[in-house]
Amino acid sequence: MRSSAAATRLYRRRRFVNALNLGASVLATAFGLFWLVWLLWTLVSHGYQWINLDLFTLPTPPPGSAGGLSNAIVGSLMLTGVGVAIGTPVGVLAGTYLSEFARASRLASVVRFVNDVLLSAPSILIGVFIYNIAVVTMGHFSGWAGGLALALIVIPVVVRTTEDMLRLVPDSLREAAAALGAPRWRVVLVIVYRAARAGILTGVLLAVARISGETAPLLFTALNNQFWSTNMGQPMANLPVVIFQFAMSPYKDWHHLAWAGALLITFTILILNIIARILVRTRKTGH
Amino acid sequence: MLGVFGSHVDRETREIALRVGRTSRSRIGDALFVHVTRVFALLVLLAVVGILVSLTIGAWPALHKFGFGFLVSSQWNPVTKTFGALVPIFGTLITSFIAMLIAIPVSFGIALFITELAPVWLKRPVGTAIELLAAIPSIIYGMWGLFVFAPLFSAHVQPWVTEHLGGWPIVGALFQGPPMGIGIFTAGLILAIMVIPFIASVMRDVFEVVPPLLRESAYGLGATTWEVVRGVVLPYTKIGVIGGIMLGLGRALGETMAVTFVIGNAHRISPSLFMPGATISSILANEFTEADGRIYTSSLLAVGLILFLITFIVLALAKLLLLRLTAQEGRRA
Amino acid sequence: MEPETLLSADRVASVEPGTASAGAAPVRAPRPVPERSGNDTLGPQTGPDARSDVKIRVRGLNFHYGKFQALHDISLEIRERYVTAFIGPSGCGKTTLLRAFNRIYELYPDQRASGEVILDGENILDPRQDLNLLRARIGMVFQKPTPFPMSIYDNIAFGVRLYERLSRTRMGERVEWALRKAALWGEVKDKLKQTGTQLSGGQQQRLCIARAIAVKPEVLLLDEPASALDPISTAHIEELLDELKKDYTIVIVTHNMQQAARVSDYTAFMYLGKLIEFSATDRIFTNPQRKETEDYISGRYG
Repeated sequence: MRSSAAATRLYRRRRFVNALNLGASVLATAFGLFWLVWLLWTLVSHGYQWINLDLFTLPTPPPGSAGGLSNAIVGSLMLTGVGVAIGTPVGVLAGTYLSEFARASRLASVVRFVNDVLLSAPSILIGVFIYNIAVVTMGHFSGWAGGLALALIVIPVVVRTTEDMLRLVPDSLREAAAALGAPRWRVVLVIVYRAARAGILTGVLLAVARISGETAPLLFTALNNQFWSTNMGQPMANLPVVIFQFAMSPYKDWHHLAWAGALLITFTILILNIIARILVRTRKTGH
Repeated sequence: MLGVFGSHVDRETREIALRVGRTSRSRIGDALFVHVTRVFALLVLLAVVGILVSLTIGAWPALHKFGFGFLVSSQWNPVTKTFGALVPIFGTLITSFIAMLIAIPVSFGIALFITELAPVWLKRPVGTAIELLAAIPSIIYGMWGLFVFAPLFSAHVQPWVTEHLGGWPIVGALFQGPPMGIGIFTAGLILAIMVIPFIASVMRDVFEVVPPLLRESAYGLGATTWEVVRGVVLPYTKIGVIGGIMLGLGRALGETMAVTFVIGNAHRISPSLFMPGATISSILANEFTEADGRIYTSSLLAVGLILFLITFIVLALAKLLLLRLTAQEGRRA
Repeated sequence: MEPETLLSADRVASVEPGTASAGAAPVRAPRPVPERSGNDTLGPQTGPDARSDVKIRVRGLNFHYGKFQALHDISLEIRERYVTAFIGPSGCGKTTLLRAFNRIYELYPDQRASGEVILDGENILDPRQDLNLLRARIGMVFQKPTPFPMSIYDNIAFGVRLYERLSRTRMGERVEWALRKAALWGEVKDKLKQTGTQLSGGQQQRLCIARAIAVKPEVLLLDEPASALDPISTAHIEELLDELKKDYTIVIVTHNMQQAARVSDYTAFMYLGKLIEFSATDRIFTNPQRKETEDYISGRYG
């Protein structure tokens, strides 16, 4: 038997170690949240005074004159649109194959692994790849190349969420539809997709959020354009690259536009993220 | 590789043919649908193979010219057209190392807080807030680092650290140099903040798969929260935790824009963490469009290929570990 | 699973005399289905109408999940416009047998059946059989309600649209007809546009029955249709079966013996993947011929 004084000492020591480590854990959380707050505060305080009507109506100016970001905003919307328009169908169909037709096959596990590689491949390498196959072939930078690069980022996100969400659809629903005599393609298109649509939409929203801030893959593909242009065959202005170039420039008014653009882009992305979360949550409680 | 796929496709096609038959319209529709979705699945495969092949072809002239020396030379001279990858490889590894040094304990603390400490009403908001850190575009981190963090750091922290630690033997070399605010350390710190949400959310997820019974029996013995985490939760989930760390490391290695803003872009290896440097992704972002000449471009593609291979290996390890965790769970269940 | 289920073919044959299937060798050459006579009787020998038409004739059916054999040489006959119940302890293969009748198991690559399941003289296990057309002729209702994520109206119209092009009015009539048949019309006629998932469990299950009969199948398969329901909903469904058997051949799987006794005309008792006894329901419950059957209905299997 241990003496009770020693036992008490040991117990005190254990409690102290416990409190120390839990305290450290609280500090770590505070540390993480601290940066989030600081970042958002920086954006708001540096950006809000430059948000005005001109920002949305005037194109990017030469240094020293008034201007806005209208061409970059429109360019970003178009590039994102192309990226999603190409990436979503590819991602949804590939995810469908993994979930509906090839669950346990070797091909499926290879595709799943490769999809994860694509998901976490450095996005700048995707830019380099599209530069090699599109820009070099066409002979010049273009909006199409930029959209293609963004599509390559959308695809793995959508493949992943589509497969996950389709797998959440119970097999009994597929059986019930098949038992009525519905062919497999109809079961998937009409029943399974419908049951999983909120989840798939979430995946697409998250993909949009991801690509709206992507800069690296656009540097070598869409590049930038000083002027108002909606020609996808030509270099195209877009918010991330404009922010990058303006922020790295020595001009004060370009810095202001960069902060305004940064504020715009970040809050758009945060809102998209929050909508996606709400969608997922309503879906979960709906079942 | 093709052989493996070939036999698999054959088996599957035969199965589908058997199941779907030949004549009726719905059978044709079914077969068509399966094949269309498979083509798109193969497209994903093709994209990754395409990236690898195009990088390899592009990198070939440089690798051929410089040989193994490319990996160990710190030369990067566009004028004399001699290139070596040592500086960017070093920069990539050292910034990621600093990031991991900071991010691992912090992420662990956050996961611990969310799973074991926070009251229920606080779990979701804190978890969401941490995950939002991952949603902020990297270019924003870069601007913030360059315009907000670096000036404060150089004015208030760096001089103090250099003065107090710079004189120490050996370690002191790490903290010398003019207080510029930017450099290896700043890049590593920002990378840490960027990967914390990835590591923390994997850790949180794997902590949550620990069977409640296991946890409860440890508490039932009178263990403190910390003892339960050390003695039960961590041993049970260690493979998953390492997998999460690898995922975060993969992110850090390939991150481009934030690092490009704050690393300082200097082609040299210096012992001090406060000196500027370069990473693979930062030299690609800065120099790729300006590179003139075949060997220059090819050298950039060669460092890109090295980056792709490093991240590929790290990710493969992460996947392997996380797969093992699932298998282990399956056995225990 | 219990190793006893993996019996050799000889033993299977040796324990299968009498009222159950005349277990022959598992592999048999195709031959014309013999008329019932003498010892080769496959169907129940007694019953409300021993001479009514046979709708489904099962001969030498074996079923495998991967390497595991779940059904051993099953042979029996299902009579037209009667209710046939499959009973037995869980894992005995009763659901597996039911799922062979519309080949729904084919959704899963490692499940396969061999032998013959003859529907109106046509072997549905023939690989050339069009599965979708087959399933349109044989409706199925599952253990748990499976409303599709769409409106009540569309739930019912979904199956109809697969094989018929109906005008709006005709479709409306069909939906109403099916819902009336399933005794659900009164409860949902004012909310046909609501999603089916908002109904109560019992209503959802009747919606699934309505959906199955809306395509006018010939046979209705029910897999423990009341196991997830409360007693009142169960009573609703049982009354419904009595009504439906005027038009349909019904096969029901149940683990509830009282339910089998209440709703069925014929009962098949299965154990460890084999058909032990198949007879008129009254006879099974009052005068079972086999010891295993007696043990089961007197509750000795637990």
